[in-house]
Amino acid sequence: MKYVIQFLIIAAFSFAGELLHHFIPLPIPASIYGIVLLFTALELKVVKVRDIRETSAFLIAVMPIMFIPAAVGLMDSWGAIKSSILEYAIITVISTFVVMGVAGAVTQTVIKRGHKNADN
Amino acid sequence: MQTTEIFESSVFFGVFISLASYTFGVWLKKRTGWALANPLLVAIVLVVATLSLLGISYESYAKGAGIINYLLTPATICLAVPLYQQVALLKKNLKAVLCGICAGVLSSLVCILLLALLFHFDHASYVTFLPKSITTAIGLGVSEELGGYVSVSVVSIIITGVLGNIFAEKFLKLIRISEPIAKGIAIGTSSHAVGTAKAMEMGAVEGAMSSLSIVVSGILTVAGASIFALFL
Repeated sequence: MKYVIQFLIIAAFSFAGELLHHFIPLPIPASIYGIVLLFTALELKVVKVRDIRETSAFLIAVMPIMFIPAAVGLMDSWGAIKSSILEYAIITVISTFVVMGVAGAVTQTVIKRGHKNADN
Repeated sequence: MQTTEIFESSVFFGVFISLASYTFGVWLKKRTGWALANPLLVAIVLVVATLSLLGISYESYAKGAGIINYLLTPATICLAVPLYQQVALLKKNLKAVLCGICAGVLSSLVCILLLALLFHFDHASYVTFLPKSITTAIGLGVSEELGGYVSVSVVSIIITGVLGNIFAEKFLKLIRISEPIAKGIAIGTSSHAVGTAKAMEMGAVEGAMSSLSIVVSGILTVAGASIFALFL
């Protein structure tokens, strides 16, 4: 029964996320509303981590597998991108590392500056 | 009944081939230790190769494999758990975290605008790439809303995630990002949930900060992309 109740709780938040997605006209998917709702419920102690521990750990552990079907969909869209593939590849690769570098560097700089101020 | 038909009508073939390919990827990674032997990448290549070899269409594969997709929403929601467990750390570093994510989202939009100008992209191609660093589910909606090529956006988003998943650890080391919070923010902001899977392996703090970045950068990009769409 433990796993049934754990999955029930997670499914309830998924459903609540879907409802919000349906009623709020923004391109924000149900899963993002769901994260915010579950996080709020954990903060308010309405749901405790131990109520969903094993099932949530399992779902997070197998998450990479869930991207396989969408990625295999590249098979079908290959024809549409073939002609501009080089530009598309360059823009995808460069922007990924620019964003990673900027986000990481800014975060690290602000944290370090904080430490320095705390020391003074 | 032909062999192809058996595979096409099977309910479990899609799930089976996906799990088998991923398991092989995990084994290969363990065995060789190569960065390119990323289990997700290996699985994608193997599934595509198998389908092509057996002459099975994507559509019939997706019919069975769809059950895996079905779990993506509940799994994404569960990212609230590691986030909650690290909330003290988040509150303590709130300013750094928000600055990092905002800077990352802005740099993504600016970088894509500049490259689109350089390559003389039309409006539709340009907006296709604006949501490329955020999670597929939101990115798809943004691209559609702005009039981009949705299938290309999805391709770019997945490749971005896989790049982050494979190279984040080495790249961050190279540019001397050593603070776990900064690593998590960098990975989540640049390569969404696929990168976060890697951040989870790197550590609890990295994983939690990366999950947080998916949510915040996703929402910021929805707003930012609709403004940037006016620039070209």
